[in-house]
Amino acid sequence: MIMVDNRIENTDTASGVHPLKFSLWLIIISIIMMFAAFTSAYIVRREEGNWLEFELPTILLINTAIIILSSVSMQWAYNSAKKDNLKSVKIGLIATFLLGVAFLFGQWNGWAQLVQDNIYFGGSSSNPSGSFLYVLTGVHGFHLITGLVFVLLTLIGSLKYKVHSKNLLRIQLCTIYWHFLGGLWLYLYIFLRINH
Amino acid sequence: MSSTDISIHKDVHHAHDEHDHHHDQNFIEKYIFSQDHKVIAKQFLFGGIFWAFIGGFLSIIFRLQLGWPEATFTFLEPILGGWIENGKLDPEFYLALVTMHGTIMVFFVLTAGLSGTFANFLIPLQIGARDMASGFMNMLSFWIFFLASVIMFWSLFLETGPAGGGWTVYPPLSALPQAIKGSASGMTMWLISMALFIVSQLLAGVNYITTIINLRTKGMSMTKLPLTVWALFFTAILGLLSFPVLFSAALLLIFDRSFGTSFYLSDIYIAGEALTNTGGSPILFQHLFWFLGHPEVYIVILPAFGLVSEVIATNSRKPIFGYRAMIGSMIGIAVLSFVVWAHHMFVTGMNPFLGSVFMFLTLIIAVPSAVKVFNWIATLWRGNIRFSTGMLFAIGFVSLFISGGLTGIILGNSALDIQLHDTYFVVAHFHLVMGAAAFFGMFCGVYHWFPKMFGRMMDEKLGAVHFWATFIAVYLVFMPMHYIGIAGFPRRYYNWTGFETFNIFTDLNTFISLAAIIGFTAQFIFLFNFLYSIFKGRRATENPWHSNTLEWTTPVLPGHGNWPGEIPTVYRWPYDYSKPGAPEDFIPQHVPFSATQSSNLPNEKDLE
Repeated sequence: MIMVDNRIENTDTASGVHPLKFSLWLIIISIIMMFAAFTSAYIVRREEGNWLEFELPTILLINTAIIILSSVSMQWAYNSAKKDNLKSVKIGLIATFLLGVAFLFGQWNGWAQLVQDNIYFGGSSSNPSGSFLYVLTGVHGFHLITGLVFVLLTLIGSLKYKVHSKNLLRIQLCTIYWHFLGGLWLYLYIFLRINH
Repeated sequence: MSSTDISIHKDVHHAHDEHDHHHDQNFIEKYIFSQDHKVIAKQFLFGGIFWAFIGGFLSIIFRLQLGWPEATFTFLEPILGGWIENGKLDPEFYLALVTMHGTIMVFFVLTAGLSGTFANFLIPLQIGARDMASGFMNMLSFWIFFLASVIMFWSLFLETGPAGGGWTVYPPLSALPQAIKGSASGMTMWLISMALFIVSQLLAGVNYITTIINLRTKGMSMTKLPLTVWALFFTAILGLLSFPVLFSAALLLIFDRSFGTSFYLSDIYIAGEALTNTGGSPILFQHLFWFLGHPEVYIVILPAFGLVSEVIATNSRKPIFGYRAMIGSMIGIAVLSFVVWAHHMFVTGMNPFLGSVFMFLTLIIAVPSAVKVFNWIATLWRGNIRFSTGMLFAIGFVSLFISGGLTGIILGNSALDIQLHDTYFVVAHFHLVMGAAAFFGMFCGVYHWFPKMFGRMMDEKLGAVHFWATFIAVYLVFMPMHYIGIAGFPRRYYNWTGFETFNIFTDLNTFISLAAIIGFTAQFIFLFNFLYSIFKGRRATENPWHSNTLEWTTPVLPGHGNWPGEIPTVYRWPYDYSKPGAPEDFIPQHVPFSATQSSNLPNEKDLE
């Protein structure tokens, strides 16, 4: 980890929230705005007609279950860190990481299934309805990769005994971000279900 | 996006001077990859000035074309190369010029250059913080901006030229490389550059908001903040909420251009060939674009509001009139800015009822804007005015904001917009109210805070010459434009001599072009004054303007960490100017009430 000396001397700040945690929430807000733009564009575009209706890949439901499970394991790792149960912290983080990878793999399979059903991202036979699905899953997948990097960094920290009840900030931020990514997927999945 | 590599020294040091770091920073750490907010602010300022001159120069080239449509510009051949043939400007290059002028001025100068400079410089200094919440993210923000700048600059030298579809890059024009030269690789680079630019703005905005909320010094409640900080706070919030939407829009456009999707494209027949794209909607892009685009104009103007409020109060030696009304009106403007975007789209075939809703919301913005103008004038009223150059620009700002704002009320009407849409009336309106006004806010800020940035004063005489030349030139350029706009003269036309209707405006256009050239030339006075004063200017004192805010309690050239000793505690609001009973006409924020018993008001007696 690069230790950056950014001269925050006092962590009990005016708002009572750690500045980095506050920054993370702001970043989350900006990601929410991005997906708000995509999904509202989706609705607006769908209302205009010329919209290809197709079945969502069935694997998306399994992926949804996987990502919920990964949130559970993440929370478990965080709770264990609070109780200084360092072994379960590691197990929890590894489980989260693997479930995250499994989710991405599942999404990839979902795309393969779409291609089999002749739903393409681009090209002459594509329709925005299919392209939107690729964009929503793809951009979410990109953010999930950043989440995986975060989990990995936290895991490395825990291997160096840097994650424990006196040093919770990193795993706390990681947990918030991971839950957000899970919640975001849940929103996207429900949104796609309703609008299909 | 997860910024995992940032961690914070958790050990709590109470203020002693361990911040005078004794390890010597080398040149690169100190001036290039610096994490000091003041250095980053100056980097943004230099970047902004560089871009402003490029953007201004581009406008001079197209003003030459508009002012003297029949002339041949052989003397431009050495710099424009293949873009000018036998002294005649390439019409597609003309489109690229206006596009790049708009992009550069709106984003690279008035967004990055203005809030990048003053948010970085003033937020920590005025709230009493050692630095931004994350110096690393702040540095990253500048360098991503730098990368975006390099790509945008590079695109100017492509063989097919930079982007040419207008700064709003509406598809399908911008989505189809075969449409115009400016939609080829120049457009690709525009999109990459803007995507990076947005990332840079988001990193910066997150930092500004976090810093203002979390790192205020003891006693600095939100209602004791200078209006500059309030304005920069709202600017950052607007950016955080609207830039991601532009990012989404740009991403879909990138997919349409390079990956064969049809988000914005449908049923197009171009160059004898029918495209396969079906199902897209170009109006969708406009909605997404203007959802950013409208808040963007407030991202440009809000920092200027803040800077001007501060400078007017200081140089009128009077408390700002209606401090809370100022904050309230900024909240009003910020909220309304998100629900008026469709007034840019009245003529897209929008439902007239929807149009009237957006018209209504748009016209309401006149109310908080008028409150602000009233408060500035009321602050000036019977003040002990000192006409420093910063103050001249602040007053100039108020004048331009009024002139440009009034035409906004006309343009906001969906019925009148049918005639005025995409004419020079629109050009005149937004150049006065957000272009020139925001520039005046920026000049006002540079002249006023120059002593704190560089420890020296700028020359006041040259400053006054610069002000009057610029002020007069701006009005001479944009006032006549209203007139040709009402007559129906459309924007973005390379040449109008073929149209009988517009022939009669040749003289007026020549006049505008002359004024523009004079105005642009005047900026070199500023450039000289700025560069000369950095090295040879008169040395400044700690508080040359007798101002109340915290940045003037630092040494002449504050080091990294801003205050050598303890950070001052704040006891009062920043506008105690000319308080009756006080020995001097200003009482800085860090002076406790117990030290000013002669001037305390009855309700302040308890605080002694």
